[in-house]
Amino acid sequence: MNMFSKDTAANAAIAGKAERISVKDLKFFYGKHLALKGINLPLYDRQVTAFIGPSGCGKSTLLRVLNRMYDLYPGQHAEGQVMFDGKNILDRDLDLNLLRSRVGMVFQKPTPFPMTIYENIAFGIRLYEKLPKSELDGRVESALKKSALWPEVKDKLNANGMSLSGGQQQRLCIARTVAIQPEVILFDEPCSALDPISTAKIEELIDELKSDFTIAIVTHNMQQAARTSQYTAFMYLGELVEFGLTPDIFTKPKDKRTQDYITGRFG
Amino acid sequence: MKNNMEHTVRSYEDELALLDKKIAHMGGLAENNLGQSFEALERRDPKLAETVIRSDRAIDALQREIEELVISIIARRQPMADDLRHVMAAIRISGDLERIGDLAKNIAKRALAIAHETHPKPLISGFRHMVELALRQLKDVLDAYAERDSQRALQVWTEDAQIDAMYNSLFRELLTYMMEDPRNIGLSTHLLFGAKNIERVGDHTTNIAETVHYMVHGTLIGEDRPKIEQVSNLDTMKG
Repeated sequence: MNMFSKDTAANAAIAGKAERISVKDLKFFYGKHLALKGINLPLYDRQVTAFIGPSGCGKSTLLRVLNRMYDLYPGQHAEGQVMFDGKNILDRDLDLNLLRSRVGMVFQKPTPFPMTIYENIAFGIRLYEKLPKSELDGRVESALKKSALWPEVKDKLNANGMSLSGGQQQRLCIARTVAIQPEVILFDEPCSALDPISTAKIEELIDELKSDFTIAIVTHNMQQAARTSQYTAFMYLGELVEFGLTPDIFTKPKDKRTQDYITGRFG
Repeated sequence: MKNNMEHTVRSYEDELALLDKKIAHMGGLAENNLGQSFEALERRDPKLAETVIRSDRAIDALQREIEELVISIIARRQPMADDLRHVMAAIRISGDLERIGDLAKNIAKRALAIAHETHPKPLISGFRHMVELALRQLKDVLDAYAERDSQRALQVWTEDAQIDAMYNSLFRELLTYMMEDPRNIGLSTHLLFGAKNIERVGDHTTNIAETVHYMVHGTLIGEDRPKIEQVSNLDTMKG
């Protein structure tokens, strides 16, 4: 018996996965500075893809392209294609509000609005839909349940969202994102401000959310990438160095740069 | 090929280096005991046999140290990629070396049991060839580990067939010897078990070769090792 199985079990998972988002030859500019140098990458449907790499490698930039966050800043622009449902996300005439309702984002620091827990979630839903009170209540409850916060807040929905702990605030933000019923959720270092228990809860949540959503996560924590994702993309100096199944990337990466980075040898 | 780039965390680098040092030490002891156990058998030297039996404890102790070190590295450093393969390889290889130590000890025990009997010359020289080859293979595979040389490991892996062939021929010789005179059966059986032990040392050496290959490349050696599958049996004696 050999303990080193020839193919990782996850290899079975690669077959038949549909691409939800296809990034093709993506270039990104901060003014004149080229921050992404032609990225090609799939995001598979209802799978978690982790972006890892040293600071400044372009992983957060890539994430920000996926829902056009960069549009808020003049002087930044993208070239290439990011295909989502047959449309190029980069098209000028794209409805950004619609895009962001379909591609949600959770940030590094929890950012609850200074309003009640209930309103934190209802607020977003009202932007897109007009629902009767009873239905809205149902949507808020379901979002809080999906983000594993419901048991902790069901008796204090009128408490201020800012009164929750850091980990709870982050789950509130996830609930807010989930409530809009997006198709893709982007996580930008969602646990870097949280303690290990809250981190574990968020990771467990990400694992559950992947049955409904396609997920991309940027993380500096290599173990977190290894734990939460099915696919991992290693980026360096604006290039995608290696993309593959997470177990392969962390046990037998093909590129020496990937190897040196994930083993802590980067000079 | 060794990764020349060092870890940012110096103490991690030191721990991995210590692991290699312990494997080398353990391998050296296993080689030494195997060689001496045969010498004890050949020279009919019960004192040397007892030395081998006693010093097997040092090999066992090293295995425990290596296991503890690997567990601590996994817990504290969360090794990835080539480091992960490295620590897993070390723990596996220490297991194989520990077994090789046991097999040497077993040969030493047989040396004690037959210390007072005369050995037939041709049989002992066949045995000697087998031990020499097994020792060379073991040395080669330990070097392959130290140098991350998968080519060398592959060669060891392929050459195990020779040890198997030698074992089969020794088996037939011993059988003939036993048939000639039933009074030879006691001695021959001890020698046969001894030879079998060497053959199994070859198998552990082959395991180590496979582990080295995995450690270097992250893949397995090709499935089909040239091996004499047919087990020697009494039928081969007919005619």
